[in-house]
Amino acid sequence: MDQAASVATAAGETVLLATDGLTKRFGSLTACDHISLNIRHGEVHALLGENGAGKSTLVKMLYGSLAPDEGRILWEGRPVTISSPAEARRLGIGMVFQHFSLFEALSVADNIALALPPRGRRELADTIRAVSREYGLPLDPSAGVADLSVGERQRVEIVRCLLQEPRLIIMDEPTSVLTPQEADLLFVTLRRLSAEGVAILYITHRLSEVLELAHRATILRRGKLVETADPKAESAKSLAAMMVGSDVGGIKREASGPAATTPRLVLSNLSLPADNPFATTLSDIALTVNAGEVLGVAGVAGNGQSEFFDAISGERPLARDDMMQIDGKPVGRAGVNARRRLGAAFVPEERIGHGAVPGFRLSENVVLTRHGTGEQIARFVIDRRAARDVESRVGERFDVRRSGPDPKASALSGGNLQKFIMGREIDRTPGILVVNQPTWGVDAGAARAIRQALVDLARNGSAVLIISQDLDEIFEIADRVAVLSEGKLSPAQPTETLTAEKVGLLMGGVHHAHDGLPHEENARAS
Amino acid sequence: MGMIEGIMLTIITAATPLLIAALGELVAERSGVLNLGVEGMMAVGAVCGFAVAFETGEPVLGFLAAIAGGIIMAALFGVVTLIFVANQVASGLALTLFGLGLSGMLGSAYVGRPGVGMGNLDIPVLSDLPLVGALVFGLDPITYVAAALAVAVWWFLFRSRGGLVLRAVGDSHASAHALGYNVIGVRFMAVLFGGACAGLAGGYLSLVYTPQWAQDMTNGRGWIALALVVFATWLPGRVVLGALIFGAVSILQLHAQARDVAVASQFLSMLPYLTTIVVLVIISRNRLLLRVNTPACLGQPFVPDR
Repeated sequence: MDQAASVATAAGETVLLATDGLTKRFGSLTACDHISLNIRHGEVHALLGENGAGKSTLVKMLYGSLAPDEGRILWEGRPVTISSPAEARRLGIGMVFQHFSLFEALSVADNIALALPPRGRRELADTIRAVSREYGLPLDPSAGVADLSVGERQRVEIVRCLLQEPRLIIMDEPTSVLTPQEADLLFVTLRRLSAEGVAILYITHRLSEVLELAHRATILRRGKLVETADPKAESAKSLAAMMVGSDVGGIKREASGPAATTPRLVLSNLSLPADNPFATTLSDIALTVNAGEVLGVAGVAGNGQSEFFDAISGERPLARDDMMQIDGKPVGRAGVNARRRLGAAFVPEERIGHGAVPGFRLSENVVLTRHGTGEQIARFVIDRRAARDVESRVGERFDVRRSGPDPKASALSGGNLQKFIMGREIDRTPGILVVNQPTWGVDAGAARAIRQALVDLARNGSAVLIISQDLDEIFEIADRVAVLSEGKLSPAQPTETLTAEKVGLLMGGVHHAHDGLPHEENARAS
Repeated sequence: MGMIEGIMLTIITAATPLLIAALGELVAERSGVLNLGVEGMMAVGAVCGFAVAFETGEPVLGFLAAIAGGIIMAALFGVVTLIFVANQVASGLALTLFGLGLSGMLGSAYVGRPGVGMGNLDIPVLSDLPLVGALVFGLDPITYVAAALAVAVWWFLFRSRGGLVLRAVGDSHASAHALGYNVIGVRFMAVLFGGACAGLAGGYLSLVYTPQWAQDMTNGRGWIALALVVFATWLPGRVVLGALIFGAVSILQLHAQARDVAVASQFLSMLPYLTTIVVLVIISRNRLLLRVNTPACLGQPFVPDR
């Protein structure tokens, strides 16, 4: 492609989009504070920052879904007002969302048609097939989105974006839901687009990706632009320091002691049928979590994580009592509170509505997981003082930033609420703690505190089971690792014996391909 | 006209208002809005239709007034729930109570007045054919409108781009907004369409079904229409089927009562409702089917983050 090549040589020279003092305030919070940056033709520009640094707000202004309070946006040097996503698309700005903006009930073709000007069904289907194949992202236009894996859904988003022939693609944490192999595949596509002259604004908090992919990186911290750096001149550590504002320490983790042979949580032959067409069936899961250890369950979302959590927490009781034991007692058919009374604690993935009631105060949320466990806090009447004591103790220990004493759960930011919910359960010093996505949406400093607390809890004799999509997290704190793929759990192996690549293959489901052929996804990646 | 023919004719007449109201509600619910005010909108449609037809002597003007009445009620609901983001369930219930009361007040002067009916279609030769003649070519015009409406709603929802957008809004309003669609606008139009249909269905009751006005003459049909939408898992074809089943049972039980069947008449009067409930329960047992077809955002308020 001659044309593409000539554009590529121009890449990095001329500015495609620039912002000038862009500011957005939400009440007293300044989410974006006079941000001035520029994105050049054909470059991969990383946007780095912790949760709440203002990345999403900035990007929403560029895509027209938020109106800036101050400042200008310049498109090829001309000031423009981007009043709606449709306007952004007209200019040539496309976006691939972090939480997919797809319609589950509709087909792939319908999902894509909704983002494009009207055209014939058959013609569109042919175009989807051609473009998706050309970029190595094969798609079946007639497939229903509800039946697709997360990686495939992202393909739909990307193809939808490409069909709009954008000159700038904004990607919001695209790899957070992908296996390492799928992520590699995505990088190939992105490099190719960049070479064709398409600029990419790439939001992430994964430093390794910035080093691997980006031409330039802009770092945001608390709504302000810290620096636009050249990743080649930086290291992961220096980028992290810019992002957090101070050096990030590691987790202190001693080897698990001799206590590690006392099983506390035992699953055997655990099976659970799917309860809706979008759910995963769990089959024949066996797992032992010992006192003193952190066991990590890795896997890509949608492979049975939520079903696995529901089965262990008792939200969906199992068919037979012997499928699950807590400290030797069979509890398969027991409910959540019965399991809690035996010393177990659970932290679900969804904070709002599942882990906490948004309209309740934090102290009231404390009561929610303790009312049926015979603790002092709610034996006959609710002991509000005790609940508030827990609230302030957790708040201090986990640095939950609150606007005043005992606010409503909905007043906390997502990361702060996660810290609170984790702290609420850890505060009970449970014998068994099961957590789904312990640090999802939590910034680096808070994530470190949560992970350290999990490790400490385990070292004091508890059994800790974490279900996480973040491989780095699992490698950082887990003593043993098992992988959940399509509702099946691989045998747990000591973390030292595993590599990211090995786990990635397991995530793709290779362990149950008995003919030795790798899963389709991996075949394509290799 | 034979006995069977007569029964079938009345079944179709009984099914028509349910079908029209249910189709309107189906469109509203496909866009994600649960409007429980169908009964109230029908009542207002019925009284508006009757009053205008009575004053002008023109049934067509009556039907237009019925539609307008339904639209005004729906607009009220739309403003309250979509713009001021009030709870849809509570607002819908309030709309029904309000509509029933308002229609009683507006209609007080018309109680017992002779209605202005609308004749049935009468095509020479065709309408005189045995059996088929009356059933296919001899119905009142609104019945044909209802049939055409069912086809049109199906075509719109599943074949047109507008329908795709509407279903998308009902499936995920956040995604639709992110793509730049006007969620509130689409929903408002869908609610107004639902109101127009409910109004027309009400007008059918007071101008065709029993050409007169009486307080509470909608007699729970709005609730049945709401139930039909769920029973039909939000598919227009099944709404047609459901309306015919309900119509059939309600007519057949009348005939059974007339023949002094040895069953308490109170029980027979319950039958149409009972049948609908039983069918609903049986359908709802299949939770898989229900989840696939239910508009995922049904009843959820939407506030754009601007």
